Amino acid sequence: MESLWPRIEPLLAHVTKPARYIGGELGAQRVVHGPDAVSWLLVYPDTYEVGLPNQGLQILYEILNERDDAAAERSYAPWVDMEAAMRSAGVPLFSVENHLAASAFDVVAFNLSAELVYTNVLNLIDLAGVPLHAADRTDDDPVVMAGGHCVFNPEPLADFVDCFVLGDGEEVVSECNAVLASFRTGPARTPGGDRPALLRALSRVPGVYVPSCYDVAYDGTTGRLAGITPRFDDTPARVEKRTITDLGDWPYPRQQLVPLIEVVHDRLNVELFRGCTRGCRFCQAGMITRPVRERPADQVRTMVSAGLERTGYDEVALTSLSSADYSGIEETVTGIIDDPSCSGQVSVSLPSLRVDAFTVGTAAQIQRVRRTGLTFAPEGGTWRMRQVINKLIREEDLYAAVDAAFSQGWKRVKLYFLIGLPTETDEDTLGIVALAKQCVAIGKRYHSSVTVTASVGGFVPKVQTPFQWFGQNTIEELTRKVHLLRDAARPVRGLTIRWHDPKATAAEGIVSRGDRRMGAVVEHVWRNGGTFQEWSEYFDLDLWTDALAASGMTLEDAVYRHRTEDEVLPWDHVSAGLHRDFLWQDWKDALAEHGLPDCRWTPCYDCGACTGYGVEHVVASAVPPAGGSQGTGQDLSSGGQVPVRFLSTAPSGAAPAEVPGGSAVALATEGRG
Amino acid sequence: MRIRFRFTKLGKIRFTSQRDVARMWERALRRARLPLAYTEGFSPRPQLSFGLALPTGAESLAEYLDVALDPVRAAEAGVEVATLPATLNALLPEGIDIEEAVVVERSKDSLQQIVTSCSWTMRLAGLTGEELSDRVDALLAADAVPITRERKGREEIDDLRPSVLALAVSDPESELVADPTGRTVGLVAELSTQPRGVRPVELVRGLIAVSGALPGASLEGTATDGHPGRIPVLDRACRTQQWIERDGLRQEPLLGRVVPAGADRAVHALVRAS
Repeated sequence: MESLWPRIEPLLAHVTKPARYIGGELGAQRVVHGPDAVSWLLVYPDTYEVGLPNQGLQILYEILNERDDAAAERSYAPWVDMEAAMRSAGVPLFSVENHLAASAFDVVAFNLSAELVYTNVLNLIDLAGVPLHAADRTDDDPVVMAGGHCVFNPEPLADFVDCFVLGDGEEVVSECNAVLASFRTGPARTPGGDRPALLRALSRVPGVYVPSCYDVAYDGTTGRLAGITPRFDDTPARVEKRTITDLGDWPYPRQQLVPLIEVVHDRLNVELFRGCTRGCRFCQAGMITRPVRERPADQVRTMVSAGLERTGYDEVALTSLSSADYSGIEETVTGIIDDPSCSGQVSVSLPSLRVDAFTVGTAAQIQRVRRTGLTFAPEGGTWRMRQVINKLIREEDLYAAVDAAFSQGWKRVKLYFLIGLPTETDEDTLGIVALAKQCVAIGKRYHSSVTVTASVGGFVPKVQTPFQWFGQNTIEELTRKVHLLRDAARPVRGLTIRWHDPKATAAEGIVSRGDRRMGAVVEHVWRNGGTFQEWSEYFDLDLWTDALAASGMTLEDAVYRHRTEDEVLPWDHVSAGLHRDFLWQDWKDALAEHGLPDCRWTPCYDCGACTGYGVEHVVASAVPPAGGSQGTGQDLSSGGQVPVRFLSTAPSGAAPAEVPGGSAVALATEGRG
Repeated sequence: MRIRFRFTKLGKIRFTSQRDVARMWERALRRARLPLAYTEGFSPRPQLSFGLALPTGAESLAEYLDVALDPVRAAEAGVEVATLPATLNALLPEGIDIEEAVVVERSKDSLQQIVTSCSWTMRLAGLTGEELSDRVDALLAADAVPITRERKGREEIDDLRPSVLALAVSDPESELVADPTGRTVGLVAELSTQPRGVRPVELVRGLIAVSGALPGASLEGTATDGHPGRIPVLDRACRTQQWIERDGLRQEPLLGRVVPAGADRAVHALVRAS
């Protein structure tokens, strides 16, 4: 393997941010390849600045490089100017450590965190000089793998990816490496011309889905997917995700990469816990990463102090899906700030703060060094809406959190909301402005001038969630709701509304729930120049609608249509552990405006994520954090309603009736106004 | 207490920006647990002061940084300046190498204000040594060399000539411009930094302008067909010295070390133009 650096270097004088391509980060491994080591290229299919901080990729990078029989390097999507320079100079996709050609690696593995990067994945496979379609690859080509949250519906990329890996990667990556190593002797990747055998061997690793080992059948009359079934006896009919039982066994990354250039989340990141059982029904991350596994507090402290000392960062983020839910969060934050070795100059940020667990104490702690922005996510504008989505925070919770923030000196607060949620009415939508307006009023008690920003995203139903059956709002409907909000917010001084482009929401919807035929759509968009679709300057909805039309599909059918209970879903053969009947029941509960408690602190309702895999929650505290209102046994009455229903005691009559096709149509009318 | 460092920026790291280098330093200084002085306010930052910004992509043998230490804590901790280069070099990325550190008086003049000129070596592609020599002569002989420069996002015409204090074709054996591929020719220059610094790419623009090509012609890219004359393209640039004037003498900014004109690193090639 020969370094491409002499050919890359002359290109760098003519591109923006050339340091994206030089490697050299603190923590970058000195990778030495050898005949006995499987070589991995870990690729994040977006820019270096977006991809470098990805913790999943960094964890696998370290685990692989700790092995004698593996060697891993990294690559990111070159920006459009660099890609043009590379293509014109005949330089293929390369790694940033040794600047080796991607095609020289045994494995090219992509992290899939968002659907709109799929066209970049195709572009990078092509830029690597690897055949685009898995079916066209030979023994000389790398195995193309993918992991990350998006692989819970692998089908839209099934034509291009040789194998997908579901769930936590810490253990399964080594199991895959063992299979790959057994097929590798010297320079020949798959001796004997046996790529199919290699892929079959990989398909026997739990958590690995190899699309070429499955047959896809479509209904002759409706054209709908009829089923995806294994072609071999030893291929699982349903691929189950992998779950590590204890985060404390995996104190990674041990050597977080510190880039030479500024990236997003440019700080030390320490994962407090994985998984979340708050049960927000729109949240795919919360559904597919169960159960909750907390990192032991002393390990958090060690990782923070060692990490700060090693990196020189002055900010640490304690990450998770809901950081304020970590047992003893206040003590943890205080411990970091009071640590004398930090010289009093380290700030702590807590992404994903839940308002019902945010207290004056937490606010006081995190603003001691540097006051970063505060963001809360009520998601729904009315209590009714929040019952539907199971984000059971009361108005009082939000106001108390905002009051705590303003009283501790913050003058700017950001609120996240979703529009286009199931059963949403205009009253719910306008409730966003009402809530935000009240937050402004609270701020005015403390400061003469405050800013509340309501950031509004269009809801995209995600697979493996209770809302996977819901028909997404149309572009027109989302636009109408945005206008409603904008008009209502205009007279309110101190309130700013920001919104996500409804067209981009639609495009995300196209890919999110597609079946294998959606691959042709992704390919069409890419062939017509549609890379970097996550970037507003390059996003183009027309590319997507043209691509749908070219494949005989419509937005109506692919995105806006409600799915029925008996419909075969394209992702039914991969599993995040959640029972389908649990998800369906939760969907019906949503329509009936019933909340579901957090099972971390209440009895199990058997969603399947623990029971199916023989794992359990790992939490240090048996009681919820201060201020928590959900499943806590506190007085939850708000507006005379009792939001939480314990499944074990609920009378069966309280459950909503089945939602037949007719209701779905009614819902469609209601949902889209 | 203020410490002035001189350091290099060589190799791959030249593709990072001035801002990136500042952040690398901040992290290294924190890792060294130096008792830094911080700014006041909601977002305290360490008090660092860099000299003239080095263009992204250019190398340097002579970058400077002033670091303010908290005097009380520095005295308590007993900071030894002599050991700082070794300590910090272990914490800075490859290519950034501290060569010297001295305590300087707190004065009102920032590095940016006192530096009057910089010496550069460059490698140019797209023309022969002879062609370059003709252009150097033409530029030095010209009364004015109008070039387009970007200022605050707008293009304007500026006279380059007064800023070119010295210019010569370099000895091809000089290690600073040596090019194993033989594709490029070397140039050395001393460029004034007052009132505005001249970037190497702007000097190349001047070399194009004096040979009859249009000012502002495409430079940074590869030579385009059909353009009059052969276009020099900047291949590499390295800042070899920054100079301050004190008591009529040209000095290296680490005070107390007087460097006579012509004694800089590119001495064998440098010719005073005036």
